[in-house]
Amino acid sequence: MIIDKKKLLIGAVGCLSLLNLSACSSLAIEPWVKPYERQNLADPIMSNNRHPIANMHIAHVYEARESSRGSEGTGGGGCGCN
Amino acid sequence: MRWYLSLCFLTCLLLISTASKNVEAAVLQDDRVDVLYHSYKGGGMSIDGPAILLRKKTSETLAVSAYYYVDSISSASVDVMSTASPYTEKRKEAQLGLEYLHEKTLMDFSVRQSKENDYLAKSVNVNISQDTFGDLTNLSLGLAYSDNEVKRNGDEFFAEQSRQYRIRAGISQILTRNLSMNLNFEAVTDEGYLNNPYRSVRYIDNSQPSGVGYQSEVYPSTRNSFATKISASYFLPYRAALFIHYRYFSDSWEIDASDIEISYRHPIAGVFELELKVRQYQQTQASFYSDLFPYNNAQNYLARDKELSEFDDLTLGLGFTYLVPPKYVYGDLKSEVSLQWDYIKFDYKNFRDPTAGTVVGSEPLYGFSANVIRLFYSLYF
Repeated sequence: MIIDKKKLLIGAVGCLSLLNLSACSSLAIEPWVKPYERQNLADPIMSNNRHPIANMHIAHVYEARESSRGSEGTGGGGCGCN
Repeated sequence: MRWYLSLCFLTCLLLISTASKNVEAAVLQDDRVDVLYHSYKGGGMSIDGPAILLRKKTSETLAVSAYYYVDSISSASVDVMSTASPYTEKRKEAQLGLEYLHEKTLMDFSVRQSKENDYLAKSVNVNISQDTFGDLTNLSLGLAYSDNEVKRNGDEFFAEQSRQYRIRAGISQILTRNLSMNLNFEAVTDEGYLNNPYRSVRYIDNSQPSGVGYQSEVYPSTRNSFATKISASYFLPYRAALFIHYRYFSDSWEIDASDIEISYRHPIAGVFELELKVRQYQQTQASFYSDLFPYNNAQNYLARDKELSEFDDLTLGLGFTYLVPPKYVYGDLKSEVSLQWDYIKFDYKNFRDPTAGTVVGSEPLYGFSANVIRLFYSLYF
């Protein structure tokens, strides 16, 4: 249970850190990569979720055969893993 | 536990929704439909079936999605062959989603059901993400709840339940005009009946002619885990993409795991894309796992599930996508055909193959390889 609380605390601190960053968005910070400089990042070949249906299947295959779970970027659960 | 998770999520939600001041409209993703055939063969298991995913905008701020997936399973895996008989079954999964875009905030809500003849999982999922810092940064938060009913075929009196709670947070950051990175966290809590109701552990039993006895697995009724993933996407100067991610996982069953994946996507002649992938995964065993217990009821919790043992696996992946010229598609729509093949090799470090038929406890360590194929068609409209 001590471990659980520690993990939750880490999670909460992680969230709060993100939120602190977010709160700073009200400050006038100039983006160092201008919108017109992002054409490479916007190219379809750079999309992590280029094939969402394939990503969901891959995540399911691994979830059924490995103990690790979380942070895959897709949902999970119910498996047919015997 | 769930109160802490809910409180944390709601606090984060409130703050993130008030963080943005200087807003410009973002856009929802394109409408698309994907139709997939999938196949998994390896380790005595054969699983295949269809899947379909549909996304459609109903306005500039609202989109709906639907997903349906079928697994047709035929299993004669090592776990099944050592203590039971081969079986076949089906798993059907359905998911409905709603996305709402408000300026730079994207919210999505989905419900999901996964059904087998001995397992029913129902879940709800909420996510919120926000572009900020001149759209260089995207922050996201999510929460999911799943309620599961577990049954056992051939035992009409067996009925158990489990619940799962998930909370996740992420930050996506553009670092240069060619490089972006993501950092994701996810905590998962399970409670209830977490066993597989069919699996057994084995122990030394000299009263048996085989020298081995079997008893049902006993798992703890709670499990808490935390996963952190860092990933990077890099645009190469000759128009190709390089992806890398590393994930670290640990849980209250003392399993530590990590995986690293590198993939490369390369366009060819404007109509093909080639994808190459290498992934390596490793994990330590659960604290209550043993391949062979010294006697019956040797400890409070007992497991001999190979997914809880110490093992590693290596994936080599290859994919081709053909960008179908619009003139060949009704309405001149954009579409693609993709074929992906993964070869996965599993090597277990302390799970022995009981079907090898040698002296109990000195059988060869188990290992197998699997071939995973996905063939799918994507239409954008």
